Amino acid sequence: MTALSTPPSSPPTRQYNGLAVACRGVTKSFEAGGTKVTALRGVDLDIKLGELMMLVGPSGCGKTTLISVIAGILDRDAGECRVFGEDFSAMSGRDKTRFRGRTVGFVFQAFNLLPALTAAQNVAVPLLINGEGRSSAVKKAKEMLDRVGLADRASSLPRQLSGGQQQRVAIARALVHSPRMIVCDEPTSALDHETGHVVLRLLKEVGLDESKALVIVTHDSRIFEFADRIAKMDDGRIVEFIDKPGQASPSAPAHH
Amino acid sequence: MTMVALLMLFGDRLKYLGLVAGLAFATLLITQQGSILIGMASQTGAWIRDSGQADLWIMDEQVDFSEDAKPLPDTALYRVRGVEGVQWAVPIYKNWLKGQLPDGRKMTVIVVGLDDATLVGAPPGMVEGKLEDLRTEKALFIEARDADTKLRLTRGAFAAAPRALRVGDRLSINDQELRVAGTMRLSRSFFWDPVIYTTYTRALSIAPPERRLMNFVLVKVRPGIDPIRVQADIKRATGLEALTGDEFEARTAKYILEKTGILINFGLAVGLGFVIGLLVAAQTLYAFTLDNLRHFAALKAMGAGNATLVGMMSVQVVVVALLGLGIGLGATALMGRLIVATDLAFKMTWHVPVAGAAALLVICLISGALSMLKVLRLEPAIVFKG
Repeated sequence: MTALSTPPSSPPTRQYNGLAVACRGVTKSFEAGGTKVTALRGVDLDIKLGELMMLVGPSGCGKTTLISVIAGILDRDAGECRVFGEDFSAMSGRDKTRFRGRTVGFVFQAFNLLPALTAAQNVAVPLLINGEGRSSAVKKAKEMLDRVGLADRASSLPRQLSGGQQQRVAIARALVHSPRMIVCDEPTSALDHETGHVVLRLLKEVGLDESKALVIVTHDSRIFEFADRIAKMDDGRIVEFIDKPGQASPSAPAHH
Repeated sequence: MTMVALLMLFGDRLKYLGLVAGLAFATLLITQQGSILIGMASQTGAWIRDSGQADLWIMDEQVDFSEDAKPLPDTALYRVRGVEGVQWAVPIYKNWLKGQLPDGRKMTVIVVGLDDATLVGAPPGMVEGKLEDLRTEKALFIEARDADTKLRLTRGAFAAAPRALRVGDRLSINDQELRVAGTMRLSRSFFWDPVIYTTYTRALSIAPPERRLMNFVLVKVRPGIDPIRVQADIKRATGLEALTGDEFEARTAKYILEKTGILINFGLAVGLGFVIGLLVAAQTLYAFTLDNLRHFAALKAMGAGNATLVGMMSVQVVVVALLGLGIGLGATALMGRLIVATDLAFKMTWHVPVAGAAALLVICLISGALSMLKVLRLEPAIVFKG
C-alpha cells in the first residue's frame, strides 16, 4: 500500500471494509541479553469500527507488544497490519508520526501526565503537537475536561488530583484531538473498582462511536463486562476470542 | 510546544536552578578570569598610554617591553630628527634606581626623565601642582595613589603617625636629594615599583654614570604625512626599532604575558571554568532528560516528531544558557566594580561577554546534544512498559 497519500479523515473505505484494525500474521521479536525473544507469533486480529476490544492474558504474553504495533509505535518484523487501511511500515518516519498524532489517542497505565502542567495544559498537548495554537488548544482542552466532569479542576496540577481524576484527565487528553482509535494500557490498574467502572463508562461514552475503535490491554477482570470482544493471548498468540463477555463468562469457548 | 518545554523545565526546580547555577558559575569563572587577564595586559601598557603625545616610539631593536631599559646613543636623537616627516623628536630616560624615603625606607623606584624643554611624555593629569613645576630646582613628581600606599611614611619618626608622602617632602634617589613638587594621576600599571617623574637632565644627573643613558625617543609626525612611511624611514635611517604606541603596547603585553606564565595560568583557570560548566550542564541536563524520559516517550507516542522534541530541548537549553550567561556576566561586572577600587587588574571589554557567550554556546551544544541523542533514540513503546 502507498504511504500516507490521502488524509486520514477520508480513508479508502473499500480497503478496510469497516475494520479499524486488520492484522495478519504479525510477528515481532526482541533481543534480550543476547537471547532472541519472540513476543508475537503470527497474530491475526481484526478490530471493527465502533468496537471495544480488550486484549487479556498473562504477563509477557505479547499484549503490550501487539498494541504497540497497532498504535504504530513499534515496527513489526513480519506480517501485515493496517490501521484504517493504512500500513505504518509503508510510511516514512515523519508520516507515521503525523498519522499517529492525528489518528490515535493514548491512555497510559501510569497516566503519564506531565507533572508541571495543569490538567488543561496536559489535555491540550495532543492539539499542540498537531500544530494548534495555544489559546485554542487550551480552550478545547477545557471543553473536553468538562465532558469528563473535571471542568472545575482545569487549573489543578496532577499531584493535586486523585488517581481517578488523573485518569480522567488522561482520557480527556486521549480524546481531545478526536482520534479515530483510542489505545489504553491497563487504564484501571491503579484505580479502585468503582472508579475503574466510571473510567470505562466514560471511555465508552465519550471515546467510542461507529467511526472509532477502542483497544484496551488489561488484567482487570472487573472491567471485562465493558468489552464488545475479548482476545485472550498467550505466548505471543491469540488463543481465544470471546464475544460480548458481559453476557458470558470469560472462560466460555471462543469464536470471532 | 514551547510552553510545554518551559513548564517541564521550570517544574523541576532543583535541576533547573542547578543548570542555571552551573552555567552562571562557568560564565563567571571564564569572564572574570578573562577580564583580569585583559586588565593585566592593559596595565602592561599603562606608561605608554600615559605618555601618549607621540606618534612613534624609537628604541633599541632588542627592547622587549616598556621597562626594558636598553640605552641608545645620543646621536640617535639627531638622526631621528633628520628623517623627513618628523615634526619633533625628544628623548626619554627610564630606568630603575635606588630610592630612600624620609622615614628611612629603601626601595627601588622607576625614574622617568622627560625632555626639559617640552616635557613631552608627561601624564595627562596633575593632582597637585602644575606640570611646569617639574622644571623647578630638584623637583620630582610622584603618583597620587602611590603617595599613600607604596610611598607611605611608616617608619622611624613616622611610626606613631604614619602619613602619605606629600608635596614638599624630600627623598633621595641614588643618594641625590630631590623634592616632591607635585602629584599626578597615572593609569594603573602592571609593574609594582613606584614611578617618579623628573626632567631628562635631572634624571641623567642622578642616574649611575654610564656611557649611554637615553632609552627612548618620542616622535611626532608632521601633519599630513603618513606615519607608516615615517616609521619605515626612521628604521631604515637609524637601524633602530620604531613602533607606534599601539604596537609598543602589544609587544609589551605579549612579552609579559608569555614570559611570566600569566597566560598559561589564566588559560588554565578559563579552561577549568569551561570544563566545570560542561560537566555540570551535561550531567544535570542528562539527569533531567532521564527523569523525563517517560514523558518524552509519551510525547513521541502522541505524535511529537524528532524535530518537535529537539526544538523543545533546544528551547530549554537556550533559556538556561541565557539565564546562566546573564547572571554570570552580571556577577563578573559586579566583581569588577568592587575590584576597581583596588589595585587589582580588571577590564571587561566587549570581547569578554562574547567569549563567555561562545564558551557557553559550546557547552550547551555538547550537553544538549548528549541529551537530545538519548531522546532521539528513545523507543516510544517504553510508555507501555510498567
